[in-house]
Amino acid sequence: MLVISQVSKLYGDAPALAPTDLQVPGGETLVLIGPSGCGKSTLLRLIAGLIQPDSGTITFEGTELSPENILQIRQRIGYVIQEGGLFPHLTVRDNVTVMARYLRRDVSWIDSRLIELAQLTRLPEEMMNRFPAELSGGQRQRVSLMRALMLDPDLLLLDEPLGALDPMIRFQLQQELKTIFAQLGKTVIMVTHDIAEAAFFGHTLVLMRDGRIVQTGPFKELAQTPAEPFVEEFITAQREPMAQLVEALR
Amino acid sequence: MKVKQRIGVVLLGFCTLLVHPVVIAEEAVSITVGSKGFTESVILGEMLRHLAGQTGIEAQHQRQLGGTRVLWNALLSGEIDAYPEYTGTLLQEILVNENLQTEIELKQALAKRGLRMLPPLGFNNTYAIGMKAELAERLKLHTISDLKNHPELVLGFGNEFMDRADGWPGLQQGYQLPQQNVRGLDHDLAYRGIESGTLHVTDLYATDAEIAYYKLRALEDDLNYFPVYNAVILYRADVEQRAPEVAAMFKRLAGRIDAPTMSRMNAQVKLNGEAESAVAAGFLKQALNLDVDYQIQTAWQRFWQHTGEHLVLVGISLSAAILFAVPLGILAARREHLGQIVLGVASIIQTIPSLALFVFMIPLLGIGGPPAIMALFLYSLLPIIRNTYAGLKDIPPAIVESAQALGLPSRARLRIVELPLATRAILAGIKTSAVINVGTATLAALIGAGGYGQPILTGIRLDDIGLILQGAIPAAVLALLVQGLFELIERGLLPKGLRIQTSEVKSAS
Repeated sequence: MLVISQVSKLYGDAPALAPTDLQVPGGETLVLIGPSGCGKSTLLRLIAGLIQPDSGTITFEGTELSPENILQIRQRIGYVIQEGGLFPHLTVRDNVTVMARYLRRDVSWIDSRLIELAQLTRLPEEMMNRFPAELSGGQRQRVSLMRALMLDPDLLLLDEPLGALDPMIRFQLQQELKTIFAQLGKTVIMVTHDIAEAAFFGHTLVLMRDGRIVQTGPFKELAQTPAEPFVEEFITAQREPMAQLVEALR
Repeated sequence: MKVKQRIGVVLLGFCTLLVHPVVIAEEAVSITVGSKGFTESVILGEMLRHLAGQTGIEAQHQRQLGGTRVLWNALLSGEIDAYPEYTGTLLQEILVNENLQTEIELKQALAKRGLRMLPPLGFNNTYAIGMKAELAERLKLHTISDLKNHPELVLGFGNEFMDRADGWPGLQQGYQLPQQNVRGLDHDLAYRGIESGTLHVTDLYATDAEIAYYKLRALEDDLNYFPVYNAVILYRADVEQRAPEVAAMFKRLAGRIDAPTMSRMNAQVKLNGEAESAVAAGFLKQALNLDVDYQIQTAWQRFWQHTGEHLVLVGISLSAAILFAVPLGILAARREHLGQIVLGVASIIQTIPSLALFVFMIPLLGIGGPPAIMALFLYSLLPIIRNTYAGLKDIPPAIVESAQALGLPSRARLRIVELPLATRAILAGIKTSAVINVGTATLAALIGAGGYGQPILTGIRLDDIGLILQGAIPAAVLALLVQGLFELIERGLLPKGLRIQTSEVKSAS
């Protein structure tokens, strides 16, 4: 589905991403995880073609990404960012359908697709004519997901999609998102710094540090056979507070 | 590259549009006279207009243009066909580098430039040194040399006279004047100082209306220190081919106006508030027995005319500025290096004093509306470019990236996402430009473009606050109206989603 080969990126003199290889099989949910500044968002933005790699190639379904074909390929990639990135001057309906309308898709197809997505993401239909400023954070992320899914992309990229939400809503949306991913059977690449969220979603976790991939595999593998001490530290650091909570409840 | 070419073509088209009316005006048989920004010159200009009009040829008068250089260049380029000048100014100022001595040499120098000069009109409007007649009588002062015996007198001169080498510095040396108490001040204020007794002696123009009004005595220049400033009419030689009857008419003025007559006419306008046109017509009737059919506009007619002129100046220059500056702002936001150049150039233009910019345009576009519109256009660019640039740059990166990630091409992103989000900033820039434009357009009268600046200039010349307000108040009101208009446009253009306050956000997921 997606093959990343020796891709690297410099920001100024500092390497944001060392030459990296990664393969994402179709239909799988892959989670990029690591501390801030580890290069996980950079990798995601390289896949979306928002930034260009300094070296290496990214191949999407057999086609190498280039500035010439990126606009075409982006139509087959859905992209959701923290806070949604919704256009404040457009209604929910217009935000979701903007690209389909630009491509002059059939109006009745657009309408039925919109209803379908609203049902999928459980967004009430009366929200369609609201503006982003009139929505709650959770609603905004639902709209953002609808927009990403509008053209039925093959690949869905999510950059900390739930990072700005409060814990209750975040928990609820995690459940719903997982159901949606399972329902759609799409390839998903998600960025998070939360190990519990990563374990919850990911078939495969990719743990990164300082622009390098440290270890790739299911959560269990990372937890049981850490490749470096850092892997263990990273997992423990986030598990410890939970353990203390569990202890306190006994 | 394509975009740049297109901008070039549009700019070229715009310039042609501006130049065009001037070209047409030259082809038709009509005569345009000009005058400088003081009363005597305006009266003489009106005389020329009446005389040309007598022949049945269409005649215009570009009143009170901003200074000798403006008129001289306008005459050379054919923007105007004639204007009243003084021999002293020609010899000492305009053609000073040619070191001409006699009137014959002067005529030859003018002929080389395709110009003619009529024999003097009959009065010498030179500098004079004057004081209250009563005081002069008491101290028995008749000549400038007599001042040597009265070092206690307080002298006050116009700022120009103080600075000119042939003004006070030369005069003091030439006559060995002993006075220590000498100050520079505005020429018109000097008369008030004389009247109140705080000043005793000042510089005069020989035909100033105030000489009689304030009962002043001009002291005799017994050493012939001051050069002769004989009033003459300059006109283009081609007038003799294009309209020989007009040239013949102009010639009838030669030798017909003596100093007391000119002084009296100045007084009629400046002190009695009569219209220049009427005073000029009265003289032609009396001296040449010509019946001039002239019309004096009512205050309302003048108001509508100035309003129309002002609206044309502002309307064209501001519209053109919007059409150019918004794309330039977009270009600046899209290409960082080019953007810095565009902003830099626009900033430099903004630092040019407005009067200077108007004058710079004269060699390119002549006098009147076109150069004024071009200058106003240039002045209106920076606020719009800068706000468009800032408005686009201030869009949160997350939103720009979201539009990119959807696969929208650059042009569509601009149209669908970025420009709507920058609307408020762009309109703020346009409003700033509009207010600057309406205000600066009042200066356009200095290069003959009319508008609300015309009554302001006349008001300053005649020391008439009422006239000044007739221009200043409508200009202020127009600035507010234009701003209000753009507020309304903003209400229509600003996307509804941007008017919602975030406080209205409902909780719940």
